[in-house]
Amino acid sequence: MKRIWAAGLALGAALALSAGGTARAADVNVAFVATLSGPAATLGKQLEDGFKLRLDQLGGKLGGEPAHVSIIDDELKPDVALTKLKAVMESRHINFVVGPIFTIVEAAIFKPVIRSGAIFISPNAGWSYLAGKGCNPHFFATSYENGQPHSVSGQYATDAGYKRVFLLAPDYQAGHEALAGFKSRYKGTVVAEDYVPLTSMDFQSELAKIAQAKPDAIYAFLPGGLGINFVKQFHAAGLRIPFLSAFTVDESVLPAEGDAALGLYGGADWAPDLNNPTNKAFVAAFEAKYHYVPATYAAQAYDTASLIDAAVREAGGASDANKVAAAMMKADFKSVRGNFRFNHNHYPIQDFYLTKVVKGADGKLQTSIVKKVLTDAADPYAGQCKMK
Amino acid sequence: MTLLLVQALNGVQLGLTLFLIAAGLTLVFGVMDFINLAHGVQYMVGAYLAVSFYDASGSFLLALVGASLATGALGLLLEALVFRRLMGRGHLDQVLATFGLILTIGELVRLIWGTSPLQLPVPRLLSGAVPLMSGMGYPVYRIMLIVVGLAVAGLMALVIGRTKIGMQLRAGASNAAMVNALGVDIHRMFRLVFGVGAMLAGFAGVLAAPLVSVEAGMSDNLLILAFVVIVVGGVGSVRGAFIAAILVGLVDTLGRSLVTALALALLPPMAAGHVGPALASMLIYLFMAAVLAVRPAGLFGVRA
Repeated sequence: MKRIWAAGLALGAALALSAGGTARAADVNVAFVATLSGPAATLGKQLEDGFKLRLDQLGGKLGGEPAHVSIIDDELKPDVALTKLKAVMESRHINFVVGPIFTIVEAAIFKPVIRSGAIFISPNAGWSYLAGKGCNPHFFATSYENGQPHSVSGQYATDAGYKRVFLLAPDYQAGHEALAGFKSRYKGTVVAEDYVPLTSMDFQSELAKIAQAKPDAIYAFLPGGLGINFVKQFHAAGLRIPFLSAFTVDESVLPAEGDAALGLYGGADWAPDLNNPTNKAFVAAFEAKYHYVPATYAAQAYDTASLIDAAVREAGGASDANKVAAAMMKADFKSVRGNFRFNHNHYPIQDFYLTKVVKGADGKLQTSIVKKVLTDAADPYAGQCKMK
Repeated sequence: MTLLLVQALNGVQLGLTLFLIAAGLTLVFGVMDFINLAHGVQYMVGAYLAVSFYDASGSFLLALVGASLATGALGLLLEALVFRRLMGRGHLDQVLATFGLILTIGELVRLIWGTSPLQLPVPRLLSGAVPLMSGMGYPVYRIMLIVVGLAVAGLMALVIGRTKIGMQLRAGASNAAMVNALGVDIHRMFRLVFGVGAMLAGFAGVLAAPLVSVEAGMSDNLLILAFVVIVVGGVGSVRGAFIAAILVGLVDTLGRSLVTALALALLPPMAAGHVGPALASMLIYLFMAAVLAVRPAGLFGVRA
């Protein structure tokens, strides 16, 4: 499944040939890891398209040097990710590893990547350990710490005066962490913490419990297919309760959820209508090229390519990882998120928003910013990181 | 109280879906001594075909009939291509081959329909909801599912209990070789069972499609539950499958609510958040173990 594409189709065959192993030392070699098959493939596709778009705009170069990108499909299996990535890293020297979508994959490839001397940038997975005790000079996250998108809704629920909230998440590690993230900023009463099996398809029983509990709002972390089913059934049951969430109503699942998702809330570090020139240009270019609405995955991957571009230019090449890492800390690029800088633990300090599902001018569903909930937010683990 | 009623309705509805899948499975297993892991695939294929038929015709009824018949035909095709060759061989061979079928058909479905989940809208006539408890409506479509499920079960009871072919089936379930020796064309019966079983599973898939998204792997979880149902009900017994399906549906739905509430009452909240869901997922297996401890052949086992 490994596809090598030398970006910048204009440069075409000449570049493609050089990707085979004859790359010059000055070139920038990137291994891109994402989930590109299985039910979560839409997320990986977003991530890949966001990164590719920026690279194409830069003429297939990062920091002015020709870029070679190996795309690796991790199949959402940590062992598969590691095997495939190692094969790529053995065949040629890799300067940057970009990815993955899921934290379990991130945890599996972290040590080998750092040991190889490459710089590791996560455009999505935001393992809390790497923000705190496990922070590393060669690791950067351009997304967030995993709990942060959930704490947005916690803060909003507190601000909005919701006294009783019903929480819903799948019964696995990230589900428990998500609800902990929500509770970290929620001051009211949690009516119930309902954990459903990761394979659930029918939520009728949960909906009955929610109707019985009569909460002021519900908070749901139901990624992928879980969210699609829940949102449709929530709508069919005619429940009139404010619906807060993260990763449950975003552009990766909205086409499948349809109008049932209209008016539901989410929490995120970005939305397609975030008002700044870089973002407007990004969303327009993305929709023109791929014919669907980008989600946070694409936006963060786009930023990641911009970041590498700026850092390589500043460091005068990708070969000295320490120099590149120092240049990356400056984050001297135009982010689609506008306000973006790195904390000392190499996680972003950025704003978080309450978003709402609306119908765009072209009739496609997308999230839209309702209000800024957190300004210049740093993650709660940064204090445990010993890096300066 | 209303919550209990709504949850019971949910349980019955899950049970009837399970029954439609398990009915074919139990006959195939019971009459032909054939373990067909790929049976659940028919459910998924039914749902996918329904989406295609619906897109082409715009009619839910046509999609339901067309997809069910097409799934039945697929069942017959698989019987001729694969299953027939596995008859009389060991269970391990059958499990391996039919597991391979799950992978192959799953990949084919991805190739044809893509990896993103598809949607089938609820038919407009049935899109309303009745207010069963305050603040929440119970979708009319789900009530219709219960009615249709019961009707199919009744029809099957009639066919199996009152007709000649039903009598042959029942006899086949207890001793296939003897039935063959008495001059019944057992292979024709096998084909019938495969076709009808596949059709019922496809029918269940179409009915479930408007409620959940149609995606590869949508039947994986149900197949395991269907096996629990046929083991609890007694292999080969359609009546057993019906009773067991309703029981499993109720135990799963009501038990989930009960166990989480119980865990919350007895344990500190942090522990309850972990123990509750874990116990709830185990419930039906505990239920199965309890049934088998008392009745090793299942509730209505025809063979000990």
